[in-house]
Amino acid sequence: MTIDAAHGAPPSTGAQPPPELVQLLTPEGERVEHPDYDVDLTAEEIKSLYRDLVIVRRLDNEALALTRQGELGVWASLLGQEAAQIGSGRALAANDMAFPSYREHGVAWCRDVDPVKVLGLFRGVNHSGWDPREHNFHLYTIVIGSQTLHATGYAMGIQRDGTEDAAIVYFGDGATSEGDVNEAFVWSAAQNAPIVFFCQNNQWAISEPLERQSRIPLYRRAEGFGFPGIRVDGNDVFAVLAVTKKALDNARSGQGPTLIEAFTYRMGAHTTTDDPTRYRLQAELEAWKLKDPIERVKAYLVKNQMADREFFEAIDEEAKKIGSDLRKRCLELPDPEATAIWENVYATEHAPLAGERDQFRSYLGSFEEVNR
Amino acid sequence: MSTETLSLSRAMNEGLRKAMENDPKVVVMGEDVGKLGGVFRVTDGLQKDFGEARVIDTPLAESGIVGTAIGLALRGYRPVCEIQFDGFVFPAFNQITTQLAKMRMRSLGTLELPVVIRIPFGGGIGAVEHHSESPEAYFTHTGGLRVVACSNPSDAYTMIQQAITCPDPVIFFEPKRRYWDKAPVELDLANAAPLDRAVVAREGTDVTLLAYGPMVKTCLEAAQADEERSIEVVDIRSLNPLDEATVLESVRRTGRCVVVHEAPVFSGYGAELAARITEKCFYHLESPVLRVGGFSTPYPPSRLEDHYLPDLDRVLDAVDRTYEW
Ligand SMILES: Cc1ncc(C[n+]2csc(CCOP(=O)(O)OP(=O)(O)O)c2C)c(N)n1
Ligand SMILES: [Mg+2]
Repeated sequence: MTIDAAHGAPPSTGAQPPPELVQLLTPEGERVEHPDYDVDLTAEEIKSLYRDLVIVRRLDNEALALTRQGELGVWASLLGQEAAQIGSGRALAANDMAFPSYREHGVAWCRDVDPVKVLGLFRGVNHSGWDPREHNFHLYTIVIGSQTLHATGYAMGIQRDGTEDAAIVYFGDGATSEGDVNEAFVWSAAQNAPIVFFCQNNQWAISEPLERQSRIPLYRRAEGFGFPGIRVDGNDVFAVLAVTKKALDNARSGQGPTLIEAFTYRMGAHTTTDDPTRYRLQAELEAWKLKDPIERVKAYLVKNQMADREFFEAIDEEAKKIGSDLRKRCLELPDPEATAIWENVYATEHAPLAGERDQFRSYLGSFEEVNR
Repeated sequence: MSTETLSLSRAMNEGLRKAMENDPKVVVMGEDVGKLGGVFRVTDGLQKDFGEARVIDTPLAESGIVGTAIGLALRGYRPVCEIQFDGFVFPAFNQITTQLAKMRMRSLGTLELPVVIRIPFGGGIGAVEHHSESPEAYFTHTGGLRVVACSNPSDAYTMIQQAITCPDPVIFFEPKRRYWDKAPVELDLANAAPLDRAVVAREGTDVTLLAYGPMVKTCLEAAQADEERSIEVVDIRSLNPLDEATVLESVRRTGRCVVVHEAPVFSGYGAELAARITEKCFYHLESPVLRVGGFSTPYPPSRLEDHYLPDLDRVLDAVDRTYEW
C-alpha cells in the first residue's frame, strides 16, 4: 500500500549530535577547541554566567511551585535550556532587539526584565508585564512562529536606520514548520536583514519529536534559504555565547541572517498542563541529565580553581533569596480592575467601547446596591 | 435505546472511533493527536487502534493541516482536522476561506470536499491568551462552510459522525470548558436530530434564550434559577445553515428573546439572529431581541474572564430588561 511507503522511516534527524556541533565545554567540564569559534572569558565572567544559570533555574523552579499551588494558571518551564538562553542573551548588545517565544525567561533575565513581570501572563493578571522598548525585549508570542516576521521587519528597520544593531528571534523546533517562519527566512535572506534566528531545538514540540517536523537537521535548512546555519551545543553556555556573538557581528557588518540551532533538551513537561510520560521515555531524560548545562560550568570552575565552596554556596543563597522574593511579589500581584478590559484597546477614546465599559460599571454597581 | 454516560471529550472520541470504523477513508490529523491523543484527549487511543496512516501527528503548521486535508479530500479521503485551540486557526484561515469554502462552486459542483475542522473554542478555563477565543462569526460569514457547535456529550457523539458523513466542509466547534462534563449519550443515531437542526433544550413560555456551545449550559442554569418566569432554551447547534423554523417558532410563542454567546456582541453571530427574528416575527415581539456576549475588546487576561464571559446573572439581567419595554 502506498501509504506505508509514505510512512517508512525517514532519514535520521540527528537525535545524536553530528560532529559539526559546536562545543567549547564538554559535559564533563573540559574546555575544547573549535577552529572557528572561541571565547575569551575571565574567571569573573565565567562566574557571572554561572550565577545567571543558577538563578534562572531557581526562578523557573519557583514558578513551577507557584503553579502547583494554583498561584499561576500555567507555566512553560525552561529547565534544561538555561545555557541556550543565557549564552545567547548575554551575547546581545544593549541596543539589539530580542523577540522571544514564550519560554525565554532566561533571556528576559538577561534583558533585565523583573522576573515578577514575566509571571503576569501566566498568573492571568495581564497579557504582558514589561515595556518591550525599555528592555529591547519584545512581548512573549504564543501563536507559534509569528514573531519571526516581526523580528525580520524590525531588522529591516535597523538596516534602513543605518545603525549597527541587530535583531534576534527565538523559536522552537516545532515552530520551524510554520509558514511564517519560512517566510521570515525568505524575507530576511532577500533583504539581507541583520537578524539571528535562534532556534532552541529541545527535541520536542509538545508530544511530537523532531522527526515529525524535519528530515534533515534544522540548521541545514538555512542553506536552502541562502544563509548560513550552524548547530551549537545548546547546553554549553560558552559555545552558545561564541556562536551567537559571531552571528550578531555578521548581522551588524552587513552579512545578513544566520540560523543557529541550539541543540538542547526540554527536561520538563511542555507546560504544567502536559504529561510527557504519555509520549517519551524516561531513559531519554536520563541521558540528557548527564549533559546538564550548569554542572559542566561548575566542574570547569572547580577544576580550574576559579571558584571555591563559598562561592557556590553564596550563589545558591542568592538564588534562593531571589526565588523567595519572587514568590512573595507574585502573591502580591494585584488582580486587575474589571475596567482594565477596556483599557489600551485603541489609541484614543473609542465611543462604543467607553459605552460598553460604563454600562458594565453600572451593571456591577447594581449588585452593590442590592447588597447594601 | 442504548445509552452510556460519557464526558464530552470521551463522547467525541467514541464518535470519531465509530466514524473511522464505518469508513476507512476517514483520517484524523492535527498537532499531538496521535501518541498524546490530543491536548484534550479527544483522539486518545485512535492512533494505536487505526495506525499512523489514519491518525496523523502533523507538522506544526495549520495552513498545512487544512491545505493537505483539501488534497486528501480531492483524492477521496474524509479528513477530520484538529486545530489545537481556537486562537491557532488563523494560520489556516486562508485555506479555509479562499479554498475549502469555494471549491465546490468553483468546480461547478464537480468537486466535493468533505473536510471536518474541529476547533475547541471558548473561554472559562483560566488559560493564557489565544486559548479562549470564539471565532465562529468569521466562519459563518463565509459562504460554502457549514458551521456547527455541540453543547453536550450526546450531541458531540452524534454530530461529529454526521459532520464526517456530510459532503460539505464543516467547521465543528467544541465547547472546551465542557469537555469534562458527563451526561448520558444516546448511542443509536437513528433517532438523532439531523446536523442542521436546532433543538429546544428546555421548554418555556415567557422568554426564549438562544445559545450554542458552552453557553447552552449557562442558559439552562439561568432558566432553572429563574423562579418567576418560564424560560425556553434553544440550542442552535447549526450556526450555518441556521434552523430558522425552530428559532422563529419559539420566539413567536414567547414574544421575548435573548441571544447569548461568548464571542463579542459587536458584529457577532447574535446580530444575525436578532436581525432575522426582528424581520420575521416583528409583531410577535414584546421587546427588542437582546444580546449578551463578550465585549468589543481582545479577550482579557484570565483573571478578568469571569467579567467578560456571560454568566447566569448577566443572562437573567437581560431577561429582566426584556420586560422593561
Ligand atoms: C499557531 C499555533 N499552533 C499551535 C499552538 C499550540 N502549541 C503551543 S506550543 C506548541 C509546540 C511548540 O513546539 P516548539 O516550537 O518546539 O517549542 P517548545 O514548546 O518546544 O519550546 C504547540 C503546538 C500554538 N501556540 N500556536
Ligand atoms: Mg521544541
